[in-house]
Amino acid sequence: MSESQGIEWIAVLLILFGSIVSVISAFGMLRLPDVYTRSHAATKSATLSVLCCLLGAFIYFWSHDGYVSVRLILGIIFTFITAPVAGHLVCRAAYRSRVPLAEGSGEDALKTVLFGNETEEEPENGSKVKQAVEREVPSEKKDHNQT
Amino acid sequence: MIEKIMLLSLALFMVAIALLLYRIIKGPTLPDRAIAIDTIGVNLISAIAIVSIVLKTKAFLEAILILGILAFIGTIAFSKYIERGVIVERKSRD
Repeated sequence: MSESQGIEWIAVLLILFGSIVSVISAFGMLRLPDVYTRSHAATKSATLSVLCCLLGAFIYFWSHDGYVSVRLILGIIFTFITAPVAGHLVCRAAYRSRVPLAEGSGEDALKTVLFGNETEEEPENGSKVKQAVEREVPSEKKDHNQT
Repeated sequence: MIEKIMLLSLALFMVAIALLLYRIIKGPTLPDRAIAIDTIGVNLISAIAIVSIVLKTKAFLEAILILGILAFIGTIAFSKYIERGVIVERKSRD
């Protein structure tokens, strides 16, 4: 009986750890200066928090009811696969729709590769780039997306 | 004691979702809002797991899978809209 209770306490502490990591991730979303650093805060630590929470729920149901939930295992695997893919796709779309980097960022080597021939007549301070975030005619850049 | 810790962690998840709602309302660009919506979906998954532990039922465990799939597909659609301006592409024009 005491062993089962100890396993339940492990599950509860896993869930508590996951919720604390989730709050830290939300503070990262609030405080970081840029969409790329914000995605760094959102995808990694949110994935860790949901993995800890679902694993805790799985262990709790296993020890409390003797019930091995296949749906929780499927949820863990699905979240573990799809959360980095979603973060990568949103960051790729953000860079290709010219969301500017933060102020203190270093050298941007991808910019001359992707938009090298288009930005050479513009000034370097990036005033055009900030305008291009709110896009009206988006369908003319379709040939950049083949890679 | 276990139930109190469960309710505390549920409250912590709600605090995280409230902070992410601020990022959705305030967010300067559209990818910020897309990432925040994806993180809200991921947090809702774990909140549903905690609710199903607190209510001592197993009926909500399907909702975890469905919510995960819906959050993923929604984020994919958002990123495709941000990148190309359309969600469903038609090949017949060219």
